[in-house]
Amino acid sequence: MTAARSDSWRGARGVFAILAAPPMLWLFGFFLAPLALIWGYSFGENVSLTQIAVNGSLGNYARAIKPLYLAIIGKSAGLAALTTLVCLIIGFPVAVAIAFAAPRTRVWLLLLVMLPFWTNLLIRTYALMAVLRREGTINTLFGWLGLGPFDLLHNSFAVVFGLVYVHLPFMVLPLYAALDRLDRSLLEASLDLGAGHISTFARIVVPLALPGIVSGIIVTFIPALGAYLTPDLLGGTNSLMIANIIERQFKSANDWPFGAALSFLLIYLTFAAITLQALLARRQDEARA
Amino acid sequence: MLRRRSLLAGMAAGLTLSGCGSNRWPRGSNGEEMRVNFYNWDTYTGETTLADFKAATGISVRMSLFGNTDELFARLKAGNPGFDVIVPANEFVTRLRISDMIEPLDHRRIPNLRNILPEFVDVPYDPGRRFSVPYTWLVLGLGYRKSRVDGVPDSWKWVFDSDRYTGRIGLFAESDDIIRVGAKYLGASVRGVSPAMTRRVVDMLIRQKPHIKVFHHDEGQDLLAAGDVDIVVEYNGDIAQVMADDPDIGFVVPREGTLLNSDCLCIPKGAPRPDNAHRFINYLLDAKVSAAISRTIRYPTPNGAALALMPDDYRHNPVIFPPADVMARGEYGDFEGIARAQAVDEAVTEIMAA
Repeated sequence: MTAARSDSWRGARGVFAILAAPPMLWLFGFFLAPLALIWGYSFGENVSLTQIAVNGSLGNYARAIKPLYLAIIGKSAGLAALTTLVCLIIGFPVAVAIAFAAPRTRVWLLLLVMLPFWTNLLIRTYALMAVLRREGTINTLFGWLGLGPFDLLHNSFAVVFGLVYVHLPFMVLPLYAALDRLDRSLLEASLDLGAGHISTFARIVVPLALPGIVSGIIVTFIPALGAYLTPDLLGGTNSLMIANIIERQFKSANDWPFGAALSFLLIYLTFAAITLQALLARRQDEARA
Repeated sequence: MLRRRSLLAGMAAGLTLSGCGSNRWPRGSNGEEMRVNFYNWDTYTGETTLADFKAATGISVRMSLFGNTDELFARLKAGNPGFDVIVPANEFVTRLRISDMIEPLDHRRIPNLRNILPEFVDVPYDPGRRFSVPYTWLVLGLGYRKSRVDGVPDSWKWVFDSDRYTGRIGLFAESDDIIRVGAKYLGASVRGVSPAMTRRVVDMLIRQKPHIKVFHHDEGQDLLAAGDVDIVVEYNGDIAQVMADDPDIGFVVPREGTLLNSDCLCIPKGAPRPDNAHRFINYLLDAKVSAAISRTIRYPTPNGAALALMPDDYRHNPVIFPPADVMARGEYGDFEGIARAQAVDEAVTEIMAA
């Protein structure tokens, strides 16, 4: 870096500070501070219906790691993983199609991917209920063919279906971003040098899109793991997810310390998983070097 | 004519809302600002109740709505944000009382308390009605689709302990209610359910789970109306609402007895206008006012004077007023401490996770 450029950066530092201050204040005031409060509650105890004593108690964590709750976390992780896998399988071809479409078409396709965000999640979920229920759209169509009605709503299938529907854009967008940056000449070289389409896809496209795949998996898996509206409305008797338990602690069970401990247990596990992933990636890089 | 009146009422409500930001409220003869903040369930007053109160007393009512009592409790837990009158259910009257969050009522300022039927005055959750007056009451029972069940399913057995309606059963997800009614089915009281009895209910429901279609959050009437389930645990008022549109829907209170609830009027601690609050509560207990409310919301009323004014299709409606022998086996639940609430919540988590 030349001296002149670092000077201009130094001059820009004031501007940078001014620009960065509001979001930083926002982050501290409305994200980190409340989060710290909840973290404090997780070491607390209910002394009455309205008061929590933060006394360093580990009782909430001890309760949170009971097999009952660990099993629910495990099951939620399973449902979230299945959701992520289905999103990846559906999302990859969609992202490829968008990346290789003509520029004008690409804008429209991206718009279509983002369109569902314009409607509130609750409304979209109720719409899905209308589509899936016994007297709903899909069963009506099957009825015309003389089939069904099938039980599509209030089971784990409906939950995964709903989660995939909601989280698909989170998978498609990072995949598209990665594929868009891909150097097309590498694909031509691969094809010219005798690799077939499948081989080119598996050995060139996928490795190059790997950062997009990884971030797609992370941004899909984490919100899917914390979903509570979807399992609540679409799920049946076996589709309870950990966020439903957490929600109940803050509302009807009125047990904020335990709800806080469950939330943070989930956060610790997520951090651990991301750290592990980063360590593995680094070791792989070192091995390659 | 009615339409124009309700339009005017709407405008009055709008003016009340737009005026609430200003602090130049005229003061009444009692020295309080001429307004009342009312925190209530949705669709839980008569069409013109609030406007009529304004016309009669000059006091404006600003109504805010809550979706469930947990929300009400959470909102008041952090300090009363300015409500004068709230509508908690009986169990929450206890919670609010032991948390010192509601004011004792001055009965001299509520002469219409004499309209309340005697059986609703001395209740276990508020003996002598020191803190609350009853507004409505509710009965938990079974809503069902007549063409899809055999006869009248007048036992909890059909939802808790039988495979006859497998895959077509909807249960209430509310922790307390389901354990209590389960205990009632097994022959115990809804109050003071022992850990051993809780265990039996949990085991029974885990056994029953393969036959249960869904655990719902008080939208049982919608599930029934949409055909998602054919038999569902719900409150009588909710089922009465969908029965009006669908004659194929019925409601029955199981013969083993059931859980009763009552929504009450209370004055939260720190209410800015306690005298207006008393006046408003007294107004809501007036026979004619209360009858007009019951005509709209169609929940059973504890107000004897209002009941006398109601038409036969309300008074003799078996959904709104289940038979006396059934009612005799009903019991009110009560709040039984934090440890017990946690145990019940964990019991329900166990059922759901099984």
